[in-house]
Amino acid sequence: MLITAIFVAFSRDLMAVVMVFGAYSLLSAGMFVVMDAPDVAFTEAAVGAGVSTLLMLIALSKTGRFERRAGRQWLPLGITLVTTAVLVYGTLDMPKVGHPENPVHQHVAPRYLEESGQEIGIPNVVTSVLASYRGFDTFGEVVVVFTAGLGVWLLIGGIRRKGDR
Amino acid sequence: MHDSLILRVVAKFLIPVIVLFGLYVVFHGKLGPGGAFQAGVILASALIVHMLVFGVDETRRVAPPRVLRALAAIGVLLYGGTGLASFAFGANYLDYNVLGSAPTAGQYLGILLVELGVCITVSSTMALLALLFAERVRA
Repeated sequence: MLITAIFVAFSRDLMAVVMVFGAYSLLSAGMFVVMDAPDVAFTEAAVGAGVSTLLMLIALSKTGRFERRAGRQWLPLGITLVTTAVLVYGTLDMPKVGHPENPVHQHVAPRYLEESGQEIGIPNVVTSVLASYRGFDTFGEVVVVFTAGLGVWLLIGGIRRKGDR
Repeated sequence: MHDSLILRVVAKFLIPVIVLFGLYVVFHGKLGPGGAFQAGVILASALIVHMLVFGVDETRRVAPPRVLRALAAIGVLLYGGTGLASFAFGANYLDYNVLGSAPTAGQYLGILLVELGVCITVSSTMALLALLFAERVRA
């Protein structure tokens, strides 16, 4: 995964970058499976490795395959390094992954896990949380997807004025 | 675009399988991993394979953008409508308990409708995006 990420950062052949980035997505999907999150892995494999790779390829066929050589840009490098340092410093305070005493396991998660069987009556807790307990949020997500699609349609393909084609 | 017999035959065989798998993921989302978002993407990918193999014009004929746009809106309305339906039974918005004879039956129905709505919206939006991009490239 690290190798693919480094390749993506340094290669100038954008076609290869898109392909390797797809492989990166697939690898992270594998990582999610290892961490017992098959639902997330499913999404990553379908969206990250599948559809977004395709959209990038289509975009590339419009824009051209190779990256223009740019000069050394120190400001972006500095910003990236500082942000990385801050994030790494932040992770030092993170609780241990998977520890049962973590705050995230103490809030509403136990209740969902223990009672969704009786309250919702379906075995997949992820689905019952997404569609029922957090129904409002999911509705928001759907509206976001719809609005994004609408925006793209309006921008690049949609309404043609009279006389256009 | 190249016209490859092998691609056409394989795609003809593959597209129904992809669609079937997508539907399986929607309706199986309650039991195993998966759910409406993933299923929507899988269904859209079936259409995208169709577009890659048979060309944009053929796909426009099968799934006109007008229909895809309408479907995207219908999915959102189905989700919102399920929420409104629970008003009719005197409960809060998106409270599915009242939709069935027992709370769990209501939840089952509510989640199914909501997931269907999500799936319809996601799949048609994704397919619409791919179609628009492809047209743009060709133009």
